[in-house]
Amino acid sequence: MRFYIRKLATFLSTVLLVSVITFLVFQILPGDPAEIVLGVDADPHQLVELRKTMGLERPAAERYASWVTDTVTGDFGTSLRYQRPVADIVAERLPVTLSLSVMSVGLTLLIGLPLGIYIARKDGQLSSMLLSVFTQLGLAVPSFWLGFILILVFSVTFKLFPTYGYVPWSEDPVGAFKSMFLPSLALAIPGIAVVIRYLRNTLLDQFRMDYVRTARSKGLREKSIMYRHILRNSLIPVLTIVGLLIADTLGGSIVVENVFALPGLGNLLITSIGTRDLPLLQTLVLYIAIIVVLINFVVDILYKVIDPRIRLKR
Amino acid sequence: MLKIRKTFVTGFSTLAVLSMVISGCGSSASPAPAASGTAQTTNGNSPAKDSSSMERVEGGTVRVAMSTEPDNLDPYLSAATDTSSMMDNVFDGLFEAGENSELVPAVAESYQISEDGLTYTFNIRKGIKFHDGSDLTAEDVAYSYAKLSGLNGKEPLSSKFAVIEKIETPDDSTVVVKLKAKDAAFLAANIVAIVPKDYEKQSEKPIGAGPFQFVSYAPGQQLVLEKNDQFYDQERKPALDRVEFKIMPDTNSSVLALQSGDIDMIPGISAQGALQLGTGFQIVSGPQNMVQLMALNNTEKPLDDVRVRQAINHAIDKDVIIQTVAEGNGAKLGSNMSPAMKMYYQEGLENRYQPDVQKAKALLKEAGYENGFKLTITVPSNYAFHVDTAQVIAEQLKAVGIDAQIKQIEWSSWLEDVYNNAKYEATIVGLTGKLDPHEVLGRYETTYGKNFFKFSNAEFDDIVNRARTEIDVTKRADMYKQAQTVLTEQAAAVYIMDPSRSVALKENLHGFTMYPVQKYDFAAMYFSKK
Repeated sequence: MRFYIRKLATFLSTVLLVSVITFLVFQILPGDPAEIVLGVDADPHQLVELRKTMGLERPAAERYASWVTDTVTGDFGTSLRYQRPVADIVAERLPVTLSLSVMSVGLTLLIGLPLGIYIARKDGQLSSMLLSVFTQLGLAVPSFWLGFILILVFSVTFKLFPTYGYVPWSEDPVGAFKSMFLPSLALAIPGIAVVIRYLRNTLLDQFRMDYVRTARSKGLREKSIMYRHILRNSLIPVLTIVGLLIADTLGGSIVVENVFALPGLGNLLITSIGTRDLPLLQTLVLYIAIIVVLINFVVDILYKVIDPRIRLKR
Repeated sequence: MLKIRKTFVTGFSTLAVLSMVISGCGSSASPAPAASGTAQTTNGNSPAKDSSSMERVEGGTVRVAMSTEPDNLDPYLSAATDTSSMMDNVFDGLFEAGENSELVPAVAESYQISEDGLTYTFNIRKGIKFHDGSDLTAEDVAYSYAKLSGLNGKEPLSSKFAVIEKIETPDDSTVVVKLKAKDAAFLAANIVAIVPKDYEKQSEKPIGAGPFQFVSYAPGQQLVLEKNDQFYDQERKPALDRVEFKIMPDTNSSVLALQSGDIDMIPGISAQGALQLGTGFQIVSGPQNMVQLMALNNTEKPLDDVRVRQAINHAIDKDVIIQTVAEGNGAKLGSNMSPAMKMYYQEGLENRYQPDVQKAKALLKEAGYENGFKLTITVPSNYAFHVDTAQVIAEQLKAVGIDAQIKQIEWSSWLEDVYNNAKYEATIVGLTGKLDPHEVLGRYETTYGKNFFKFSNAEFDDIVNRARTEIDVTKRADMYKQAQTVLTEQAAAVYIMDPSRSVALKENLHGFTMYPVQKYDFAAMYFSKK
């Protein structure tokens, strides 16, 4: 019980701190939301009108305070840029980011885990070294470049996937899968590389452990040692990495969404900052904070599932 | 071990969230960068004239890559040129902008102006229907203009219409507009959209009387228009069934999408993008009526001295900038007017300040800055075109002893610091053109709220003021030419170029025409059989 209370307290203080800092940063940054939306060709009258609609005549601190109190009651306010309820906008964008996250993490595990095991088992052999070079590349290559290369190869040359855009799953599942595949892959490749490296290193460490020798001398089959003992012990660091990866992708990938013109949360985050849309940004920050804390919580519980010796205390 | 991890994670989660927020600040969602020139297949503001042998096809969907989101769908609440270039297809005004800055009758069949220049009588074409099926009558025009001018008792929405004293509708097809004072800029203002009376939901579902009707808008994805079957003008009836504006923030992605056939048109393609496209596409290039300039804060020392500003003008070689930054596709300027505004453009000013290091140095010496000075050039970081220009200029200024530092700032900050509060020394920006010269040159009036040049000149103010009430078209044009000359002589800024706009189209998409304002007339466009 105390564990959960502590978690909750950490969570609330994190969220509050981040929210206040975000607000303060916005006070320092120059920029008027109405002016940013309308640009240099705005008519002075239009600016007056838009400022009124945005409610900018109230002091910023007051607007922030009412956002905080409204949020407690579940009302996230109205976006300045889009003039619509923030909750609706986030709800529209969430499926995009969610499918991107699920697919990219799925790909990461599906490709990363078997390859990691393979490399560890064939350590020192040519095939393993070649794969190591590829993981090195996967880590080094920036994802926007990867995105362009994937588009160039799979969309422009082979015309297998669309170059951009989002298709809702409810409308056309095949189209949705196709539109999400390349961005997920672009997002997954660095993740795959990380998972392979971590898994390989811990597996190699575990190979030298005493319990492995014991198991061998007991006459256990190599397969059983590998999958029932070594792998289980090696999963803890991998789990940490995957947790971070999930939290990262759920927050929206700014770069990949931009390259594939996907209307996800990453794009929204950028827009909210660029247009000084405080209610929208604060809500997104809150959402990201919740995601990060929630994933960490789940990861903590999974530690215990993998390794019962770990206790969830303090 | 677990304890360490947990504190780490808490600290990390705070950091992670913050870093996401902060890293976002650096890379701003960029408004459309100015198109630089390209290797062109067609030049000038005429449509691709290869269509004679092509077989015209009725119907089809055009998918257009747009790099920015619409600011507002309501034509009266929107100011972004990208938005109006999309929504202009939905709305018609009393007039439409023509290819050569002329006014083409649209909703108004004809008009008369009284002798004293105060009364405008517009004859409204009969049989026009809005997209909701209702008739467009004089009442709707009066409603629209009352809204714009604030005569409906609410906040006015446009300063251009503030000059209206009263609007009368003697019958269903006549609108009489009385002005408080003579205003020569008023006529061109009548390209504004006419909206249906008492319809207040333009921001959600716009309704106009244009050749296309609004279907849907999904933020971050697309804006869709469909052909208006009841369009009143048989000659302008659209051939295309549907136009889809796809919002694609990354310009490299849109080039790849055009190559793979996922889109049909990119309205502002960069020189590199055009080269990358290869065969199977057309590029239409022409002046875009933009003035790219380096604004100088006329009240900031030492720029308050006209000799210093003239020295800077002599130090900068615009041809080099055009060759390097725009790959040769730009028209050299000498004042705040693009040659696309044929009627008002004062020729010859572009050669007033020949690149001349000796002369620049002499002028600086005269002004007491023999050893040069430090100059900060503030540039909006999302406009690569302006940032590149700043780099060339900084090099050129070095030769005369001016030590120019480039400061890149985010667009939102630029708007606040530079455009609103004139807290800068020099800045590089592109000012988009307008149909009427008053809107272009009015920026330099002492009383203009957003005169970020801080330019103040009695002679200039006087000319622009007189031009405002001059009804004689030729005399008025002459006055604006004079005003341009004053700007050049006073070296209010360094006027660099009008960068060409390049539009990339699929090979079988025809009928695209360049206008002096950013306007994409999809009613004139059609596909041909390959």
